[in-house]
Amino acid sequence: MEISVNGENKQVPDGYTAAQLVDAMGLTGGRIAMEVNLEIVPRSTYDSYTFNAGDKIEIVHAVGGG
Amino acid sequence: MTQVKQDTPLVIAGREYTSRLLVGSGKYKDNEETRLATEASGAEIVTVAIRRSNIGQNPDEPNLLDAIPPEKYTILPNTAGCYTAKDAVRTCKLARELLDGHDLVKLEVLGDEKTLFPDVIQTLKAAEELVKDGFKVMVYTSDDLLIAKELEDIGCVAVMPLAAPIGSGLGIRNPYNIRFIVEELKVPVLVDAGVGTASDAAVAMELGCDGVLMNTAIAAAQNPVLMASAMKKAIEAGREAYLAGRMPRKRYANASSPLDGTFF
Repeated sequence: MEISVNGENKQVPDGYTAAQLVDAMGLTGGRIAMEVNLEIVPRSTYDSYTFNAGDKIEIVHAVGGG
Repeated sequence: MTQVKQDTPLVIAGREYTSRLLVGSGKYKDNEETRLATEASGAEIVTVAIRRSNIGQNPDEPNLLDAIPPEKYTILPNTAGCYTAKDAVRTCKLARELLDGHDLVKLEVLGDEKTLFPDVIQTLKAAEELVKDGFKVMVYTSDDLLIAKELEDIGCVAVMPLAAPIGSGLGIRNPYNIRFIVEELKVPVLVDAGVGTASDAAVAMELGCDGVLMNTAIAAAQNPVLMASAMKKAIEAGREAYLAGRMPRKRYANASSPLDGTFF
């Protein structure tokens, strides 16, 4: 199935979890936050959270800013 | 002997801060410069922006929050770059998740790319929604007294009028408006944006502001770490001058040396 991660389309297998995505991005354990279709996905639920086709995912972190 | 007037701490959302200088973490050369300048500024509250973690990003790239650890500083996520209340609220929710439930945020909703002036209508809308959702909102706004009061009434924990456009370094363009806001509001009033050098920061504090938030004035200096130290002193000097109460301005001279006892 296809999901959108930070504006880029990505093919992933069915049942793909938030934890798998974070791992694939090399961000496991990092200070990040995730939003799926405008709803926050708490970090504590990444293992059990599975994506659906068409999900729009945003993964963010803190950068320098004023 | 006159007692030195004791200052009271800056209280934001129930938490006490010794430093009245708040700094941004943007525009630095690298994380090390950010770390050193932040340390030299003596600031306890540091703003950060929230942005996408890029796919394929180098996982070894140093994390900003290692340079300014949340255990040491109060991290103040901002909504910079947002032009709608909706995006600002989204950003704050992501920031709260990112910072493990920390709910102090700097709200800014911009209205114009050239001046980066705030869209106060969207700002009011976002403030209302965020306060309802339990956020402690420090809000960037124009130097308009009525809007500032409205933001206080909504429940913002600090109101932060601009002194000049963001990143312009033009200094306090309208001290009278800043003064009106300082006089009328009960929540802390901080100048946010427009400071260019140490004297600007001192002027803001002499006007009675509770603090100053700045980024570019430090980060874009030739020597950011030295400027951070200068800003720290300027904030303290301006605050003490405000507490001391300045002499009245007079149009003509008034000799400092006695006129009695002259022998010529």
